[in-house]
Amino acid sequence: MKINFLMKKRLYFLAIFLVLVVISIGSMSMTQFSIAKCFASIPKAIQWGFGNFYPAGDSFARLPEILLKLQETLLISIAAASVAAIFALFFALMGSRITKVNNFLATLSRFIANVFRNIDVSIWALVLLFSFGQSSLTGYFALFVASFGFLTRAFMETIDEVGSDTAEALRATGANYFSIVFQAIIPMSVSQLISWVLFMIETNIRAATLVGILTGSGIGFLFDLYYKKMDYHASSLVVLSLVVSILLIEQISNYVRRAML
Amino acid sequence: MKTLLQFKNVSKHYDKKTVALSDVSFSVNEGELVSIIGPSGAGKSTLLRCINRLIDATSGEIIFEDKDVLQIKNKSKMRALRTKIGMIFQNYNLVERLSVFENVLHGRLGYKSALVGALGFYSEEEKQQAIKILQSLGLDEQIYKRCDQLSGGQKQRVGIARALIQEPRVLLADEPIASLDPSSSKVIMDQLKKICSTLGITVLVNLHQLDVALNYSDRVIGISKGRVVYDGDPASLTDDHIQQIYGSDREALNLVVREPKEVAQKI
Repeated sequence: MKINFLMKKRLYFLAIFLVLVVISIGSMSMTQFSIAKCFASIPKAIQWGFGNFYPAGDSFARLPEILLKLQETLLISIAAASVAAIFALFFALMGSRITKVNNFLATLSRFIANVFRNIDVSIWALVLLFSFGQSSLTGYFALFVASFGFLTRAFMETIDEVGSDTAEALRATGANYFSIVFQAIIPMSVSQLISWVLFMIETNIRAATLVGILTGSGIGFLFDLYYKKMDYHASSLVVLSLVVSILLIEQISNYVRRAML
Repeated sequence: MKTLLQFKNVSKHYDKKTVALSDVSFSVNEGELVSIIGPSGAGKSTLLRCINRLIDATSGEIIFEDKDVLQIKNKSKMRALRTKIGMIFQNYNLVERLSVFENVLHGRLGYKSALVGALGFYSEEEKQQAIKILQSLGLDEQIYKRCDQLSGGQKQRVGIARALIQEPRVLLADEPIASLDPSSSKVIMDQLKKICSTLGITVLVNLHQLDVALNYSDRVIGISKGRVVYDGDPASLTDDHIQQIYGSDREALNLVVREPKEVAQKI
């Protein structure tokens, strides 16, 4: 009986594995993808990278320009995440199981958050491109909308997770809605909420490059410009400056997280 | 003695299948310490939460201070009711990131308007009262500590302080010692007894521990599957009653309590 049970489980996993293998091989033959060719091209790519993709003497002349755009991108990312956080907090309070005002508003805000969250930031950038044209504003809105969707969802789950017991205790004392939110829910969840906002800022900086390429703004635009001009030295400098700033921002946000605990 | 609280045929159904309480009737006099005992899932927590309307009973009447609490529709009247009913919880339910002092003052939020409560403004008398209550519970040194630095027993005492500052007429305790070690449990139960005898506050306490219930309470209400199966003196609780409440006898429960007082001293 027991052996049968384990055997059944093994066969089940084997079946799933086989299905995955069939799907992989099928799609590989359909797209004429060859693993051997793929691995064979890696050394060549590395060789090219070392040969061309490094900042050289004359590209450093572009550094002030790059830094200016980098600053713009960082500020847009931070602004998008923090403004989105304010809206997200409101929608999260409406949508949370614990702090919802009524079921209609809760469902509505959950629905809005889900729509915004499930559409990727690059799609938003393309959609908004039609209405706002190629500008920093489009990039800002794309990041804002994506951040809003993600943060609403994250805030909602945080509130549901940490708030229920204390909210119940304060409700039992006769406290009103605003007292419960500001005296129990916010103090209990504030450190996690800030942690999510920091995470969002980091994500936004990464996404901003891609959004920039699409919307023709910020550091992404500059990378695209240099790359298409085949100025690989300058575009590698753009990538390098991005990597450095991402590492720096991560260090800062880790420090802030630790300080809050 | 005056009746403070009365359940008349109270039932609670969560949906058609799950019945938490069915046809519960009993009354509680002013100044009594009443234990509600029964196995997990018998409906003890639901029963307590019906009194302050954290859970709405499906049918019946719950008379508190000569009024049926189930008839309260108005929000401000509901809040006024809740200010008169203190509650403490198994998991203490404190705002762990705030200080002991702030947590105790939360007990006054029921008396405040939305803005004043949200901003957390408290009067000088309220602050003095909070300190006085904390001193009486032996928490002088913890007043400005954050709650996550306290032990379980200390947290529960903060919970009691938060309930007492409401100036309640009745205190509901939902499994107050279920997460505590024996010596902290004794401190908490002694405090509840003291609150009952010196402040005249009626105490309703849900308990898992039969021996504790027998030692501390003026009266025991036994619940099984949402029904009251025993209501009376702890001394006259027989093995038959225990069989009825828990579905097994004392021996099987490993709760041989021959001399209740002795057990209390051991705790």
